[in-house]
Amino acid sequence: MNFMASKQPENSLLGPEADSQRTLYPYVTGTSVVALKYKDGILMAADMGGSYGSTLRYKSVERMKSIGKHSLLGASGEISDFQEILRYLDELILYDNMWDDGNSLGPKEVHNYLTRVMYNRRNKFNPLWNSLVLGGVKNGQKYLGTVSMIGVNFEDNHVATGFGNHLARPILRQEWHENLSYEDGVRLLEKCMRVLLYRDRSAINKLQIAKITEEGTTISRPYSLKTYWEFSAFANPAQGAVGTW
Amino acid sequence: MDLNMDLNAPHSMGTTIIGVTYNGGVVLGADSRTSTGMYVANRASDKITQLTDNVYVCRSGSAADSQLVSDYVRYFLHQHTIQLGQPATVKVAANLIRLLSYNNKNMLETGLIVGGWDKYEGGKIYGIPLGGTLIEQPFAIGGSGSSYLYGFFDQAWKEGMTKDEAEQLVVKAVSLSIARDGASGGVVRTVVINSEGVTRNFYPGDKLQLWHEELEPQNSLLDILNSPSPEPMNI
Repeated sequence: MNFMASKQPENSLLGPEADSQRTLYPYVTGTSVVALKYKDGILMAADMGGSYGSTLRYKSVERMKSIGKHSLLGASGEISDFQEILRYLDELILYDNMWDDGNSLGPKEVHNYLTRVMYNRRNKFNPLWNSLVLGGVKNGQKYLGTVSMIGVNFEDNHVATGFGNHLARPILRQEWHENLSYEDGVRLLEKCMRVLLYRDRSAINKLQIAKITEEGTTISRPYSLKTYWEFSAFANPAQGAVGTW
Repeated sequence: MDLNMDLNAPHSMGTTIIGVTYNGGVVLGADSRTSTGMYVANRASDKITQLTDNVYVCRSGSAADSQLVSDYVRYFLHQHTIQLGQPATVKVAANLIRLLSYNNKNMLETGLIVGGWDKYEGGKIYGIPLGGTLIEQPFAIGGSGSSYLYGFFDQAWKEGMTKDEAEQLVVKAVSLSIARDGASGGVVRTVVINSEGVTRNFYPGDKLQLWHEELEPQNSLLDILNSPSPEPMNI
């Protein structure tokens, strides 16, 4: 029973007129991005899934894109917001090129720009629902940073978004070291991606690994990882305890 | 949304479960993923649980609720078998499940598919969805992954299949569902029940057929880096 009369909204952030300004929820989402610094630059991995709630709806979404000459951007979260960010960055790079002064925006600058964009949107309660990984090399300097949808940003030798924070980073803390070779870096990323494939519901078995060095960016063709299911306990788990899971 | 994982969410078997009758018995099938929120708590679960020698049940929904219901029914059926002096029928097993599901409908969240073989009626499948409805069907599908299979079964199901046809249908269906349902995954388990007995089968994730936009698994990118890229288009 309702004894209190419902009150009218008092300020402009409550009530239906404000909904177009409010925080939304994501629709088509990408899961983890994992990246690390290695001898020649940055290696980044992301699967190609675009989930629609619990449905694995799109399986060829490229979640890593090269930005300008020196940067690589990977994104998890809402794909439409990622596409909007790519438009913003297109414009940023265009204006940078139009100066025609021989200078070009490096990864640190791009990361800073993204941080400002994400944080300012967050302050207006209208976030871009993404976690971004920005990596690159300029003048021999390697850079790897991340920004979240609320504007939390930092740089490190290895970063991850989403589930990668919980599953990949412990592996990277243990096994990353300075001056990894390309092969070792790829193997380490694949190890992380395989664990994510086993344990993240929104992961799919189709990924790309991107490499950025002083020479430029390469994004691999899509490929799948082998998975292991032959533990003897997997064959018949209920043998010792009927009715178990 | 990002670090928004609910690791304390109740264990739920998102799941795909299937039961199919064929000419001589039944084939039950299920995936093997149990999730807590978005985390896969068990990637090799066994969702096809034995009730008696000749009756099994596929479990979906809350892992706890489905385990308890099947544990109680196994217990009741054991007593019933002793009192009856012969194996319980599939119908009795299904009705016991129904009684628990129906009478506790406000508290339980589990959808079950009971399948088995007895000498009176042969192979039978009973679906018992949320709420405790009992429905005998030539085939039944359940769990979150079943949404993706209604069209498939409308087209692919046929009366009077052989054992191998039925099992291949079940494996294909669970595999298709795993491809699209985030809550289903892992391996495909099947249980075939007929007059001769019970056979358990196991199809690991990497042995299943590849579907649209899925690629052949590799050991590593390093193995394929030097293989030829696809030919560029000729306009």
